[in-house]
Amino acid sequence: MRGLINWLAERYQIDQLLSFAKKKDVPIHKEFVWYYFGGIALFLFIIQVFTGILLLLYYKPGADTAFESVQFIVTKVKYGWLIRSIHSWSANLMVLAAFIHMFSNLFARTYRKPRELTWISGMFLFFLSMGFGFSGYLLPWNELAFFATKVGTDIAGAVPIIGEYMLVFLRGGQDVTGGTLSRFFGFHVAVLPGIFTLFLAAHLAIIQFQGMSTPLHLEGKIKRKMPFFPNFMLRDLVVWIGVLNVVALLAVFFPWELGVKADAFQAAPAGIKPEWYFMFMFQTLKFLPAEVFFIEGELVGIGGFSLAGILVVLLPFIDRKSSRGIKHPLVTILGVLAVLFIIAMTIVGYTIE
Amino acid sequence: MEGNKTNSRRGFLNVLLGGTLATFFGMVIYPVIRLMEPPKLPEADISSVAVGKITDLKPDQSKLFKFGRQPGLLIRTSEGEFKAFIATCTHLDCTVQYRSDMKIIWCACHNGQYDLNGLNVAGPPPRPLTPLEVHIKDDAIFVSPKA
Ligand code: HEM
Ligand code: FES
Repeated sequence: MRGLINWLAERYQIDQLLSFAKKKDVPIHKEFVWYYFGGIALFLFIIQVFTGILLLLYYKPGADTAFESVQFIVTKVKYGWLIRSIHSWSANLMVLAAFIHMFSNLFARTYRKPRELTWISGMFLFFLSMGFGFSGYLLPWNELAFFATKVGTDIAGAVPIIGEYMLVFLRGGQDVTGGTLSRFFGFHVAVLPGIFTLFLAAHLAIIQFQGMSTPLHLEGKIKRKMPFFPNFMLRDLVVWIGVLNVVALLAVFFPWELGVKADAFQAAPAGIKPEWYFMFMFQTLKFLPAEVFFIEGELVGIGGFSLAGILVVLLPFIDRKSSRGIKHPLVTILGVLAVLFIIAMTIVGYTIE
Repeated sequence: MEGNKTNSRRGFLNVLLGGTLATFFGMVIYPVIRLMEPPKLPEADISSVAVGKITDLKPDQSKLFKFGRQPGLLIRTSEGEFKAFIATCTHLDCTVQYRSDMKIIWCACHNGQYDLNGLNVAGPPPRPLTPLEVHIKDDAIFVSPKA
């Protein structure tokens, strides 16, 4: 080991790499626990890449083969059921971890100067995760996913001007067909992983350059810090092992269902639901009346969510006070309301018929 | 004088370079964008689809059939009358079904309801279903688009 390091050090500037790795400190304070969630999301993404590649060994896209190949994976392939179940569970936990990570950073105002781009790259990672979920959901080509994708892409089609183009682009035609499946497969295993990796690298590199931030309200009160490398990283590892255990337990004791094969000429079954992280938006659209001030209710909903999304992405430039060390109560209030709204609408979506 | 000359020469070169890059970029991006747009398949003009025999359906029963690339719904009402519609819900595209217990056409996705004339009567659907024409020749049922 020593020999190898020396060998490398004689040729490359390893010490620089090491000091770069050691550069970052983690402030120690009572809200320390939130620092783990970004790392958890990262770990779950790594699980997704590994299990996703394993699924690719047997998965066959196509309306006539997709469902059958997933069935083959979960019934015939050794441990195939486990890998598929882990991929599904870990996908959901990854989005959950991203939600928590995002809101904890929002409340701590860590997006303030100089970390605006860390926030923006993080938001893109968040949207890309949802894209992963939406595209992956269709891949097993079962009834629920088929109709959920119809509904989801139809909502995209309601957007003024570009809606029709988006719908045809997403579906690869007017209808959800095998062509849609090919596209979603391409997005899911090639386009999204590529883009995601770029944003992830940027996100992590910026954090490494700038170091960990301190929640605004704790600034000036930090007495102790811990080096990220190796101290915090070892803690991260311990948490990751815990997360792996949780994923494994869920995957084994609640194996992901496959359902019934999609058939475009069958009536939609009851219980069509989007994935839980789309549920709050979906449920809101359902509650909106057909018309709000002469505008189609659905459009108001879509417009509202798009606007909210854009505002959140641009938050560092909107909340200027945070850079001057002032905690604007409006951000906290809106943040809390958003969390409550998301939770309430999700629950309503799963309970009310 | 001398400085001005270099400046204008540099400006010219910048325009040339920028123009070349823009053209090159356009040359690459244009076909890529066009490729992503799926070609329109010629829509087979459906004149009439055979959906089986009268005896296949008892009163108060229904069946889904292929009407081109869309699902169609054929209903035989309790009175024995045949009705057909495009089975695509006008809300968000789910496929509807006949509910004999409620005597309505029902969409499971968001509980949309249509009466037996295809009129949207409850739930989110904004428009009636597209009606189809039913013809009966001897004991065979044919469905065609409404003229
Ligand atoms: C490079 C990375 C990835 C690859 C190669 C990959 C590959 C695949 C493949 C081949 C399938 C189809 C097999 C199946 O349905 O069980 C699938 C399904 C799925 N993927 Fe991924 N995936 C990747 C990353 C992700 C990420 C990051 C997420 C979520 C945040 C995700 C979410 C899903 C979901 C929800 C399904 C449907 C699972 C099911 O019901 O079977 N994937 N993925
Ligand atoms: S898609 Fe039919 S009611 Fe919504």
